[in-house]
Amino acid sequence: MSKFVDSIKSNKKLQSNLITFGMVIILYVICQSLAAAGILSNSMKGLLIQFCYYIIMAVSLNLTVGILGELSLGHAGFMCIGAYTYGIFAKVLSSGNLSRTAILLISLVLAAIIAAFFGFLIGIPVLRLKGDYLAIVTLAFGEIIKNVTGSLYIAKDSHGLHFSLNGTSDMVLDADNLVIIDGPKGITGLTSGVSFTLGTILVIITLIVVLNLINSRTGRAVMAIRDNRIAAEATGINVTKYKMLAFTISASLAGVAGVLYAGSLSTLTSTSKNFGYNMSIMILVYVVLGGIGSIRGSVIATVILVLLPEKLRFVNSYRMLIYAIVLIAMMILNWSPSARAWREKMINKIKSGKKVKEAK
Amino acid sequence: MKKLTKVTSIVLATAMTVACLAGCGGNTSSADTFKIGGIGPITGGAAVYGQAVMNGAQIAVDEINAAGGINGHKIEYKFEDDEHDAEKSVNAYNSLMDWKMQILMGTVTSGPCIAVVDKTNADHVFQLTPSGTAPEAIAHDNAFRVCFSDPNQGTASAKYIGEHGLAKKVGIIYDSSDSYSSGITENFKNEAANQGIEVVSSEAFTADTKSDFSTHLQAAVDGGAELIFLPFYYSEASLVLTQAAQKDINVKFFGCDGLDGILALDGFDKSLAEGVMLLTPFSATSDDPQTKAFVDKYQEKYNEVPNQFAADAYDAIYIIKMAAEKANITPSMTNEEICNALMSAMTSIKYTGITGSDISWGADGEPNKAPIVVEIVNGEYSILK
Repeated sequence: MSKFVDSIKSNKKLQSNLITFGMVIILYVICQSLAAAGILSNSMKGLLIQFCYYIIMAVSLNLTVGILGELSLGHAGFMCIGAYTYGIFAKVLSSGNLSRTAILLISLVLAAIIAAFFGFLIGIPVLRLKGDYLAIVTLAFGEIIKNVTGSLYIAKDSHGLHFSLNGTSDMVLDADNLVIIDGPKGITGLTSGVSFTLGTILVIITLIVVLNLINSRTGRAVMAIRDNRIAAEATGINVTKYKMLAFTISASLAGVAGVLYAGSLSTLTSTSKNFGYNMSIMILVYVVLGGIGSIRGSVIATVILVLLPEKLRFVNSYRMLIYAIVLIAMMILNWSPSARAWREKMINKIKSGKKVKEAK
Repeated sequence: MKKLTKVTSIVLATAMTVACLAGCGGNTSSADTFKIGGIGPITGGAAVYGQAVMNGAQIAVDEINAAGGINGHKIEYKFEDDEHDAEKSVNAYNSLMDWKMQILMGTVTSGPCIAVVDKTNADHVFQLTPSGTAPEAIAHDNAFRVCFSDPNQGTASAKYIGEHGLAKKVGIIYDSSDSYSSGITENFKNEAANQGIEVVSSEAFTADTKSDFSTHLQAAVDGGAELIFLPFYYSEASLVLTQAAQKDINVKFFGCDGLDGILALDGFDKSLAEGVMLLTPFSATSDDPQTKAFVDKYQEKYNEVPNQFAADAYDAIYIIKMAAEKANITPSMTNEEICNALMSAMTSIKYTGITGSDISWGADGEPNKAPIVVEIVNGEYSILK
């Protein structure tokens, strides 16, 4: 046991990772016990699951932006794929005798695979580019995914599945049909409510995947590409392979977040509000505020920024204005060099003040 | 010492989190007021509709409170923003539930309404949407609506065109990225087939491509359309009419309630809208004294002409009042008791307001009222029989 403790003490990275896990678990325990005691407000109860999927989104985007070092502006597109995977799957099987938990679990696996597949496909052209060019192409792909899912019609009858882009009246259907995706109206009639426990488990799995990847040989290779592509290539690292790997894993995790998103609502539509570039940029804001490359930072920043607009409801129509101002203030306080220097100075002052006290 | 500070800081941080999470739970509810909540977009792209509903309902609430309230109980009214997003709408609903809301007047837009109606049904809260037009927006027993549904509008438009012999060949332009527009189009096409109307073109645009309609118009003209059906909002319709005039296209235009507001649009040449027909439940220039009083009050308070959304919301509050008086509910009842009482009262009332007369409701929540078709003549609505 003491050997284990010693090994933790000597391993700074492990320590830091354990703090991240500990933080998530402590928050989970606090929220669950508050909910059990009945003091948790309705709005907080509703937000818990949102924390989970936004954390998964932010952590997985951080893998692309922070660890791989490529700016992706289409992350919400992968979330959209995950969400629609769940929506279609749940709707097709809703008449069967599979339990909701089973449907959720199968869709989680399916969504991860399908989002990874799309991540791989999109990665082939995208990862040939770098910098601004890559950012713009990911943005375009995100918009394509949003627009296609937003205008797709899928219906099911005894002959199987029917697809159309023009409307349900264009499809030849039996009288006994089930419209799965109704174009811009999306999918309706889903069972809402995913448990916070499932969400937390998925957050922890995401953290395990990402943190282990970062601390592995693969992760070091990915970061070497980020820091100096030519040097990495010269040492024999297969640049394309590792870039693709990180991008695909990131997409796959976003697909998982999409399942949680769709599972928490009774309706699923593809609008610019939820799967457009607005959302992608919002997730990027979480990542940047938390610190590019800092996984724990992403988790904390996500919780704060998801909570903030809800806590600002009392200012009514000025809410989004105040939210923006608070965001600017937080960015400056957290990341401007002078603010950081001032913060350091204050911390040193407090520390030295304590030392003087102790000496006395 | 260092360890102690660490422990204290963790304890303090935990305490703070707990306080932050639980702090907003407590809310003293006084037993002698009805708490009516509203949800809609008051920020973002659809803010016009949310704000109209918020303001329209506020006028009704102020009037009712000044006249002594419902069954002698005053109304407390609170409106929350949902940014026209299902997720934010559920958040808004949850925070209204923390405020101890008893009746929900909302939500304004269809998509979010579908998400919220699921929650109100689970919590047994009575819901009346002023303007959620999708069929699924009132999917459960506890939900009713003031406006026409999408299928209703599409069918009514096709019926009107067919029965009055306005045209045999019709071209459609619609917004495929909007559920309101594509919902109406779908049903219009179905009813057109029954009425012997031939749909010669059906051209879609999306929210991202709503500036150039020349190809859409050309397709309708090439098909020999005598009338073009415009089931979308007035801002896009103004562009369609302007471009049609530039191309010298001389056909009839027919729209739904989304076209209401076109005469108030800045920078639009009103003469282009002459002869346009639209299906609308509300006309701000009507001679009806009740409508006049509402329009005057709205203009005085908010400095603009109310649109159909404001009128729907104004009526919604009075419909709630009428049902509440019929069911004889009191604020001390539980949400479930209020919901059940209002549900049965709704199906037995007959309401006359500014968006229709003798409106009654079925158990499915749909209003039964006659659709009104108006034609724009000399820059004003004139009601067609």
